[in-house]
Amino acid sequence: MKLNINGKPVEVAAEPDMPLLWALRDVLGMTGTKFGCGASFCGACTVQLDGEPIRSCQTPVSAVGTGKITTIEGLSASAWGRKLQDAWVALDVPQCGYCQAGQLLAAEALLRTTPKPSDADIDAAMSGNLCRCATYTRIRAAIKQAAVS
Amino acid sequence: MTVEISRRNFLFASAALSGGLYLGLSPEPVTAAEAGQLNAFVVITPENRIRIMAPNPEVGQGIRTSLPMVIAEELDADWATVEIVPTIADAKVYGRQVAGGSQAMPTHYENMRRVGAAARAMIVQAAATAWGVPVAELTTRGAMVMHGQRRAPYGQFAAAAAALPAPDPASVKVKDPKDFRLIGTFQTGVNNRTIVAGKQGYGIDAVVPGMIHAAFHKSGVQGAKVKSANLDAVKAQAGVRDAFIVPGTDEYEGLASGVAILADTTWHAQRARSALKVEWSDSPAAFQSSAAWAKMAAEARGKAPAMPIHAAGDVGSAMTGAAKRLSATYEYPFIPHVPLEPINCTAHVVGDKVEIWAPTQNPEPGRAAVAKTLGVPPENITIHMLRVGGGFGRRLQNDYMVEAAWIARAAGRPVKLTWTREDDVTQDFLRPGGWHYLEAGLDAAGRCVAWDNHFISYGRDGKFARAAGIGPTDFPAGIVDNFRLGATVLPLIHTTGFLRAPANNAFGFVTQGFIDELAHAAGKDPLDFRREFLGPARIIGDPNARGSYNTGRMRAVLDKAAAMAGWGRKLPARQGMGIAFHFSHLGYFANVIEVAVSPAGDVKVVKIWVAGDIGRQIVNPAGALNQVQGSVLDALGACRNHAVTFADGAVEQRNFGDLPLIRMDEVPPIEVAMLTPDYAVTGLGEPAYPAVAPALANAIFAATGVRLRKLPFDLTQLKA
Repeated sequence: MKLNINGKPVEVAAEPDMPLLWALRDVLGMTGTKFGCGASFCGACTVQLDGEPIRSCQTPVSAVGTGKITTIEGLSASAWGRKLQDAWVALDVPQCGYCQAGQLLAAEALLRTTPKPSDADIDAAMSGNLCRCATYTRIRAAIKQAAVS
Repeated sequence: MTVEISRRNFLFASAALSGGLYLGLSPEPVTAAEAGQLNAFVVITPENRIRIMAPNPEVGQGIRTSLPMVIAEELDADWATVEIVPTIADAKVYGRQVAGGSQAMPTHYENMRRVGAAARAMIVQAAATAWGVPVAELTTRGAMVMHGQRRAPYGQFAAAAAALPAPDPASVKVKDPKDFRLIGTFQTGVNNRTIVAGKQGYGIDAVVPGMIHAAFHKSGVQGAKVKSANLDAVKAQAGVRDAFIVPGTDEYEGLASGVAILADTTWHAQRARSALKVEWSDSPAAFQSSAAWAKMAAEARGKAPAMPIHAAGDVGSAMTGAAKRLSATYEYPFIPHVPLEPINCTAHVVGDKVEIWAPTQNPEPGRAAVAKTLGVPPENITIHMLRVGGGFGRRLQNDYMVEAAWIARAAGRPVKLTWTREDDVTQDFLRPGGWHYLEAGLDAAGRCVAWDNHFISYGRDGKFARAAGIGPTDFPAGIVDNFRLGATVLPLIHTTGFLRAPANNAFGFVTQGFIDELAHAAGKDPLDFRREFLGPARIIGDPNARGSYNTGRMRAVLDKAAAMAGWGRKLPARQGMGIAFHFSHLGYFANVIEVAVSPAGDVKVVKIWVAGDIGRQIVNPAGALNQVQGSVLDALGACRNHAVTFADGAVEQRNFGDLPLIRMDEVPPIEVAMLTPDYAVTGLGEPAYPAVAPALANAIFAATGVRLRKLPFDLTQLKA
């Protein structure tokens, strides 16, 4: 099966019903995308499909088709992605850091469509992503910093 | 354990280094030829590259950044260019490698200063010899040695310095803290850049050549063993390579019995569980249910505690003579840790040698358990401590390490074991629930003169389960003259464990809620009542014991939080402020929370003010503020909907759908102030947690007149 991941065609030896999460992690060795709950509650496995954040644990590879997948490993190809990464580092957002790949991909999709997000915009776009360390205060600040950088 | 700086440690650390380089987590290996290894923690190459070891497990508390900062400060290294190298588990070399109890900083702070200062002294000595000038005339900064206009990088003297005898750490001179350039400054996490690029290896990301993926299916009722299983049907599932029964061991908390499924991917292994049918043996845990325990707890009410714990003064007479008596029942549930990285471990067993890649908070008990279960010498076990995707105390227990090692030996190849979230919730080492039957007496002046607590907890054979106990000196023992504490233990056969601010995470709610009730019963302002309750500044308890505390420090943070919040401000109807304080893990914290409660009973937290004191020095304000904010929100989230219940012997909840955690749209503004009185430096992973729930309950009371005495809070009571 052929997928388009981070702008490159990739051959994946996976059954059609294998969730994209496990194709990435266990077949392709792209471990930046994280397993958190396997049931779309936590958002740790968030990737983008044609720019939209999706739960890779709930998305069979057969549903991806020719869509363009962006994972955390490809985030820096986006100008917003780089700004967000810089803000995340500068404001020291991560604690354990495990959820942050999903947070960043959700935030990038937000800024691409809403470059000057309000607090309500941030709430709406980010409330699907759990951070067990509760770094939310800094995630919000970093999104705002990236938006003006 | 004190840190020895010796030639012996040089050799140990070199061996440790080569083993610790894995997953591209570290810079390239230090070879013996280039190494200017000054002690177990500091390597300076001739090219002036400075490597500082980070020996403690990183669970998000920032210790991989803050401990090396302490070394770098005294070393006068250039923080922007130092390389931080995580180490393997080796307590002989690195001392206590535990992420627990907020103890890393109090244990290591002074030692790590001396580690850095000793390495600097060796460089300076070598430079003085090379330049033929007295040591006293040399200064250092940014990894450069200076003498007048002359300056040279540390690396130039590294080889000569490494050949010098290591100085006695006790006699090494450390800086006057007013000369600190790095400690106390905002420094971002050393792994941040790899984290945001998706390149940071966590335990679950371990890859070992030849590795296979494992699921381990256990009964939700602990103690049940596999009698039979349809292994052939499981083995026929796509991607499955093998399936076998793990008989388990007989001791409590030993290796559990279950079925291991080995497959090409985690997904194949987990999916095959749906085809698995297991016949389980009966377990003595099957009687367990939340309803049964609630009944037992109710029956214990009014009876004498089965286990007297502490008594002072004469509670009976003081109650009889009290002008007012108040009683209340406080209650809290079992709660799970649910770190976001599911439980996992990778192991490889060859003969009697074991190699383990684990996200663990506490490697040495894991080594001991693996050695015992597999019958191999502990020194044959190498433990790579990979970055941990959240601990909260769950990974102080190493059950997964034993499981992975046992399964890997049976498989004859490297195995990565990954639990599902459902496995995690149903097999956690839960924070124990409990009840407190409280009674207190107030004298005519409204002062608390008697305190009686019958604590209902969990355990086995009349003893407390892990993290289910209470200490004889716990607050407010030693403060109230007539004090009595006893416990009754309900039977429990399910693993319990330490969760962030163990015991305190519940006791803070109990004591500070009840004290608030006493304040109102006495007709006093809750802040004034607490000041009076604490009394004059003094040490409560044995000053040499860890549990002793200073009421003056407690009162200082209480007053600070009140001042920050503008305590006493007039607020509109159905808005209110609550205040609470708590001492735990050597830290002092007080909170004020302001809430607005809608007519429908929805609680909006308007703001949280936090004042803390963990001694004279905040090593890294970046990490410190993150810990405080995280602890506060963790505790706030636990006030609502966070509870584990039992039926038919097993946990009823399964995933985050049953255990809602706090999310972005529920986060209030948090203002934090840290006082820095001149006391020893202590840790920050836990003490900001316990005073949150009571401050919220007290605020809700102020807003509505409804007293919440049970966690999680039932907000349906708050309708206007």
